[in-house]
Amino acid sequence: MAQVHLRNVVKKYGAVQVVHGIDLEIQDNEFVVLVGPSGCGKSTTLRMIAGLEAISEGEVSIGDRVVNDLPPRHRNISMVFQNYALYPHMTVRENLGFSLKIAKRPQAEIDKAVDEAAQILSLADYMDRKPGALSGGQRQRVAMGRAIVRHPEVFLFDEPLSNLDAKLRTQMRTEIKKLHQKVKSTIVYVTHDQVEAMTLADRIVIMRDGHIEQVGTPLDVFETPANTFVATFIGSPPMNLLPGTVSGDRLALTDGPVVPLPPQFAGNVAEGQEIILGLRADNLMPVGHTMPMEGAYAEFDMTVNLSEPLGTETLLFGSLAGREVQAKMLSPRPVKDGERLRFQLDLTRCHLFDAKTQQSLR
Amino acid sequence: MNENLQHRIRARLLKVLHFVTLFIAMAIICVPGLWVVLNSFRPTVEIMAKPPVWIPNELNLDNYRAMFGAAGEGGVPVLQYFTNSLIISVTSTAIAILIGMAGGYAFARYRFKGKSGIFIGLMLTRAVPGVSLSLPLFIVMAKTGLIDTHLGLILVYVALNVPFTIWLIDGFFRQVPIDLAEAAEIDGCTRWQAFWRVEFPVARAGVASAGIFAFLTSWNEYALASQLTRSTFSKTMPVGLRDFTSEFTINWGGMTALAVLMIIPALILTFLVQKHLIAGLTFGGVKG
Repeated sequence: MAQVHLRNVVKKYGAVQVVHGIDLEIQDNEFVVLVGPSGCGKSTTLRMIAGLEAISEGEVSIGDRVVNDLPPRHRNISMVFQNYALYPHMTVRENLGFSLKIAKRPQAEIDKAVDEAAQILSLADYMDRKPGALSGGQRQRVAMGRAIVRHPEVFLFDEPLSNLDAKLRTQMRTEIKKLHQKVKSTIVYVTHDQVEAMTLADRIVIMRDGHIEQVGTPLDVFETPANTFVATFIGSPPMNLLPGTVSGDRLALTDGPVVPLPPQFAGNVAEGQEIILGLRADNLMPVGHTMPMEGAYAEFDMTVNLSEPLGTETLLFGSLAGREVQAKMLSPRPVKDGERLRFQLDLTRCHLFDAKTQQSLR
Repeated sequence: MNENLQHRIRARLLKVLHFVTLFIAMAIICVPGLWVVLNSFRPTVEIMAKPPVWIPNELNLDNYRAMFGAAGEGGVPVLQYFTNSLIISVTSTAIAILIGMAGGYAFARYRFKGKSGIFIGLMLTRAVPGVSLSLPLFIVMAKTGLIDTHLGLILVYVALNVPFTIWLIDGFFRQVPIDLAEAAEIDGCTRWQAFWRVEFPVARAGVASAGIFAFLTSWNEYALASQLTRSTFSKTMPVGLRDFTSEFTINWGGMTALAVLMIIPALILTFLVQKHLIAGLTFGGVKG
């Protein structure tokens, strides 16, 4: 099968550079998700792997072959497009078999491969319909079916779920993951949705402005974000970021409370250093409504401006040091707007970033 | 009065008004055509009668019989004119469509220097009245020996039709998402295959409508054809209509009979292609 290597890949449109020298190694059978806000170059990177965009500099290889100048049809890849790109004038059966027909395979072989794909994606009932007569979810499945009949070395997905409604999206997400288990293959998947990235990926590649910010497993990037961008991009609600200064073994949050310096960062900061304290809502909870905290923790009071009950937990919006801060309340009780509560902050699960470089101080 | 009743009456009045207006508009559009057909079946006396005879007393095929008859008895070389028209219209349409497809596709898909300038230039040629071209064209054709030939008229009609076919086909290719061609390329197509197996079939409605337009323009054109054709060998049907005028009289019956023969192929073609026009518009391969 195939691994995909990107070496110092650059994309320029005239004078404008949109991808700035990306290095990435994707292993055989690995599910890699490129994620980032729109305009970060993730789709362009995918299209360079596909051969739909020329590579300005650097090298892309699939398997052992450098494919820089090969047209898409010689790269042995399949792609699922954001808007499905089904051929509107062909039936589902013809759509699925199109690539094999172009390759001039015998009809019996085409039928077999098409029926197999239809089986995997439960499309058998729609085989003679045209795409116009299918629902969004069905079209999505046809698009995936068209990709798998060819048994390509690499699957490319370009935001395949962004046109579906929320419920269908969750369902198709599971189907894609199952598909990957069934059809062992290398997958490169582009999305702007961090939940999709977290749930699907073996490894996540977080991109911003044409650069890779961090590469790692979903838990890696969640637990040890490399910088403030990754910290706020991955995880929901986004991580709270509070500026402060190191003072001895304590952190003085700007215009806010003073808390002990998280012990895991003790050797990595200098006296007087400007830092940003990052803490997720999961690690900031009202006393009596917390998870058991094993290590160091701090307490302070905060006024709750707004609460959003979610059932098993309630999301609390407070303000600390003039910034909006989100916290969680487990086994919740009703909270009045403006109520002042005492919060516990789990120091062992905090993050520290340098205020200037925005990089993690871990 | 009850407020609901008032609104119901007003809605009904509006509906009636709607129908009356529609009827008047359709009458204005249809009556001249019907008049031509009607006149082709009746004697000159009735055609020329004042006040006009709306309900014909007698219908016969005399005008048609005379037209296909011998030259001395009001006959004209209808079959030759028909063949000329067909050859010239079909050939010029085919060429205009091929160029239109190449050009329309290029304008829809590629970025190149001077694109909008060229496009505006093409459209501006449509602003030139055709008749004003007749003298220059006459001189050019006379010098190149293309006067009174099929080729001469074909060239003129291609030039006349190409800007419009490019513009129309460009619009249709713009509606075909680029993703389709890209998907086809990933599925193993060359650029050329992707065009013919995916983009062209999806846009064929546009190509068909451009084809109808080009055909009808060539089929019906009179002003230039009357300048550039001389003999039976190259005269088209619209020019042939003039055979019915002589120094002192106009044979209205014969003229309308030939006009009806001209209308029939155009109607048939339109009906044939109409199905494509509608069927081709069933997009749905992409979300939208």
